[in-house]
Amino acid sequence: MNAVPRDRVRENVFTICPYCGCGCGLYLRCEGDQVVGVLPSRHHPVSRGNLCVKGWQLPEVIQHPARLTSPLRRKNGRLEPVSWDEALAYCAAELGRIGAEHGPEALGVLASAKCTCEENYLLQKFARAVLKTNNIDHCARL
Amino acid sequence: MAGLATTFGSGAMTNSINEIEAAEVILVSGSNTTEAHPQVARRIYAAKDRGAKLIVIDPRRTAIARLADLHLALKPGSDIPLINGLMKVILDENLADDLFIELRTENFFALRDYLYRLDLAEVYRQTGVAPEELRRAALLYGRAGKAVICYCLGVTQHVCGTANVEVLANLAMLTGNVEKEDAGVDPLRGQNNVQGACDMGALPGMLPGYQPVTDPEARQRFAAAWGVEPPAWPGRTLLAMTHGREPDSGDGPVSKSDSPAAKPGGAGGADQPGQPDPASGIRALLIMGENPLLSDPDLNGVAENFRRLDFLAVSDIFLTETAAQADVVFPAACFAEKDGCFTNTERRVQLISRAVAPPGQAKSDLEIIAALSQQLGYPMDYQSAAEVMEEIALLTPIYGGIYHDRLAGGWGLQWPCWDRQHPGTPYLHKYYFTRGRGRFAVAEHQPPAESTDADYPLLLNTGRVYHHYHTGSMTRHSAILNRECRHPLLQINPADARARQIAGGEAVRLISRRGEVEFKAELSQQVPPGMVYGNFHFAEAPINQLTTTASDRRARCPEYKICAVRLEKAGGDEGRRP
Ligand code: SF4
Repeated sequence: MNAVPRDRVRENVFTICPYCGCGCGLYLRCEGDQVVGVLPSRHHPVSRGNLCVKGWQLPEVIQHPARLTSPLRRKNGRLEPVSWDEALAYCAAELGRIGAEHGPEALGVLASAKCTCEENYLLQKFARAVLKTNNIDHCARL
Repeated sequence: MAGLATTFGSGAMTNSINEIEAAEVILVSGSNTTEAHPQVARRIYAAKDRGAKLIVIDPRRTAIARLADLHLALKPGSDIPLINGLMKVILDENLADDLFIELRTENFFALRDYLYRLDLAEVYRQTGVAPEELRRAALLYGRAGKAVICYCLGVTQHVCGTANVEVLANLAMLTGNVEKEDAGVDPLRGQNNVQGACDMGALPGMLPGYQPVTDPEARQRFAAAWGVEPPAWPGRTLLAMTHGREPDSGDGPVSKSDSPAAKPGGAGGADQPGQPDPASGIRALLIMGENPLLSDPDLNGVAENFRRLDFLAVSDIFLTETAAQADVVFPAACFAEKDGCFTNTERRVQLISRAVAPPGQAKSDLEIIAALSQQLGYPMDYQSAAEVMEEIALLTPIYGGIYHDRLAGGWGLQWPCWDRQHPGTPYLHKYYFTRGRGRFAVAEHQPPAESTDADYPLLLNTGRVYHHYHTGSMTRHSAILNRECRHPLLQINPADARARQIAGGEAVRLISRRGEVEFKAELSQQVPPGMVYGNFHFAEAPINQLTTTASDRRARCPEYKICAVRLEKAGGDEGRRP
């Protein structure tokens, strides 16, 4: 179990609800490395002291036992836990091989409206500068 | 949001959420606001309490429609003739803002000529909205000093989605409801960072900040920063990747050059050296935090295409339907376990902060992408998300002044924010439109790609509920949200149910040309006769097995909102009493 680095232990951490496009401001109440509650921000221009039912239920989802905790790789038809090194090396090798054999246009990347701006930026940079394709999209229209 | 981009030059919400509260008239179109955007609905309620008037355009009698002063229950897919009808009445009654049209817009005469010829009786036939109702709505909106239009996927998820948006933008320009505070056209973005993902260039035709990949100067700027020049031709869209081919278009053959996102740059275009043969397929997909095996239309088609892939990698926080099919799965950190920014529907870039450590060995997507990139021989040495944002600010003019240190301790910044001194922009198009002059576009009625017939006599409409979010990959993991909303329900008008001897709570089977799915029947007056309505959050009732990939030609937005279906008792014929 990763411990929260000392300097990161905080009581209330201000953040933004990850669900709808309203983007409510809220505080996650933390004890050690557990999120134990949510508080709407009183002065945030969108939430103004209020969250909808999805926002209030966030802690349970963050700490859900079904969260993925290890990289998985398909072996003999089944997904099995492997190390990060193995998972990353395998993925990079496959992307590299298919790109080399069939050209970069055989590769595609789907970004996500649930990830941060920085992650989306980096993923499109990865697609364009590393994989050398503009085959990148996300589900804005869905 | 291609429609707003062609009309105004920018596809984002023109106002801030709080401005809605001060509007005099609010027109809500194709948005189940109460359930999908609770905070926007709250502002609409507050405005109503203050005496504002509310007009709702929706085939269903949704919660917000019940609250409306005027609910225009149009036939699904008839948004264009309805708005054209509203504009004709506004012109006839001399409620147009002539000064605004003269100073700020172009192409008005084309629209005026079209509207003069428009026959309101024909509009009635196409929309099913009575002429008196149409007139009342036009007078309400036309006479308002400050009117806001909010729309959502009910407007865009049609074969004519782009044109649907254009007519709404026309309506706002005709009455001068654009350039000011508390008035405008506001697309409500469904997911929390759709706006940010678009802004960051997670689009096949756009580099960050909506700089077209076909623009050589833009490519040069990125090449200078990255050391590698991005490819010069637009890539494939989501549906082309998940279905292995470009989606069918509702109005004739898809032609690359019709799409603004896919416009070839000048003399280049199809003759560009190295431009791929569009027929060659995708063989490997890398998916970050998406679940196309539940969210995309015509799911059986997606599943088949995924089986044909040579390689599939997925990064997600749960083992979603898509991750379960992958060759390699990366455990990702969730929003509470990382730093970064989300951009909400009102263009507000806001900081999120790591509160706890990710579970087990999970890593943030930032770390995962950087590690993959390293393996492929392109090092990405960022110490933090803040450092990535500095690179974004350098390359993306609308984010030019957005740095983590400025965001910390405040309530975020609304783009465009050009430099470190810029305070951000609460509402767009003050003094001038992003594209210079706002352009009126004439749009005519376009029937849905699929219409009902004897075999498939009902129209299926899809959407979301209050308790769940998107494919439910997160919310379905909450016991409380699940207790409140556990079963995939299908709303059926009591008259249609009676005709098929279906009782409330009974299991029913819904069949389209592409597949069949079981639901529990919920009899409801919210849907008009001839229409059923279901949600797409549930893996056990993957409604998108039924939907079509017919898409808007320009925005490539699939027509989720309409497809033709047939309804049966789940027991089949044996279950039916003689
Ligand atoms: S709390 Fe509700 S309204 Fe606010 S951002 Fe989250 S999902 Fe949207």
